[in-house]
Amino acid sequence: MIRTIHVNELTENIKEMCIEANHFLSQDMNQAMKWAQETEESTLGKQIISQLQENLEIAGKDMIPICQDTGMAVIFLEIGQEVHFEGGSVEEAVNEGVRKGYAEGFLRKSVVADPLIRENTKDNTPAILHYEIVPGDKVKITVAPKGFGSENMSRIFMLKPADGIEGVKNAVLTAVREAGPNACPPMVIGVGIGGTFEKCALIAKKALTREIGQPSLIPYVKEMEEELLEKINNSGIGPGGLGGRVTALAVNIDTYPTHIAGLPVGINICCHVNRHSIREV
Amino acid sequence: MERYIKAPLDKEEIKSLRAGDYVYITGTIYTARDAAHNRMQEALDHNEKLPIIIEGNIIYYMGPSPAREGRPIGSAGPTTASRMDRYTPRLLDMGMRGMIGKGKRSKEVLDAIVRNKAVYFAAVGGAGALLSQRIKKSKVIAYDDLGAEAIRELEVENFPVIVVADPQGNNLYETAIKTYKKEN
Repeated sequence: MIRTIHVNELTENIKEMCIEANHFLSQDMNQAMKWAQETEESTLGKQIISQLQENLEIAGKDMIPICQDTGMAVIFLEIGQEVHFEGGSVEEAVNEGVRKGYAEGFLRKSVVADPLIRENTKDNTPAILHYEIVPGDKVKITVAPKGFGSENMSRIFMLKPADGIEGVKNAVLTAVREAGPNACPPMVIGVGIGGTFEKCALIAKKALTREIGQPSLIPYVKEMEEELLEKINNSGIGPGGLGGRVTALAVNIDTYPTHIAGLPVGINICCHVNRHSIREV
Repeated sequence: MERYIKAPLDKEEIKSLRAGDYVYITGTIYTARDAAHNRMQEALDHNEKLPIIIEGNIIYYMGPSPAREGRPIGSAGPTTASRMDRYTPRLLDMGMRGMIGKGKRSKEVLDAIVRNKAVYFAAVGGAGALLSQRIKKSKVIAYDDLGAEAIRELEVENFPVIVVADPQGNNLYETAIKTYKKEN
């Protein structure tokens, strides 16, 4: 059964989601910040987390973006294979949604057209768009604006199979240690293990959209998530990197089949302004 | 230690600041980040005049989101300071007295801070909405075409920052981590 969706539905929803994601964090993130406040032992650390919580209240109440880096619009479209789009190009409709959202939402235009010439596109387009074809007749839209303080600290390690699970853990701990204060701790860490060079990075980014408090369904991966969270919080980096017991709120790990000669590991670091808005059309 | 200080910074006052001090700044500061620093560097290389007075002033590494009607500025938290490291020792040697940003600085910058008796403050990364409310006035004074990256003159009131690198060579990013580190 073909279901027709007009591309305007993508535009309008994405516009609203860009604005929403930049002014309100999801419930699980708010819970995680409460946990951080209760768990932190450093006086300065607690002060910083209080400031961050107050910041979230001001952002939602007065409609000021939580962070001035309103990010590059990373958008996942999971398209049911029975869906047919009408009314124009899907890609253009998505970018129009971003354009409108960043204009009407008073969000920062942080995109340059060419990475070396660096002239601002003035409308925060193009979005970074990832498509998946899935069963069914719905479209699941995830808008996850990504700021570059944390993005710049992200890493890919092409490990050897012999490096094993310890190699993977060391890679994650290395990336976090080298990020330190630059990624605005407390962080959320997305890890993708397996796939190829680009797949492990994509899995890592998608892992950031998983709800905090939802562990991996694979038992050994769940254990790894818990162990890494503990080790990261033992680093002492703390809120703002100024010392403390809460350096990360969660480590979300996903895996994918990979080549017999490879063990790719993608580590996508996010700060505490872990933004995502999810809707189904 | 909590301190209330005025900007532009007084030389004697800076000497009394210590890494770890929680400071509220009131007065005039200037914003500049990657693109503006690059332009200023080029101007200096060509013996051209800079659009702002560096000596005595504080530069805040920040590019704001657009302001809603009736507000001086949008969300206005710090950007990662290390991206400005390559431009910074020269500006410090010219008399820049302080910087506000977030994240680690290079050895060259830390040395220049000590040799010039300057100071590096961290503002809380991600607290853009709260920080925007401590900015009472904002005016673009140079490089308008750079949009969010233009040089702005800000009037701030009780703008909260933490001293990270003081003129004595203390570095909070290094010392604080050791206090809270636990062996794995």
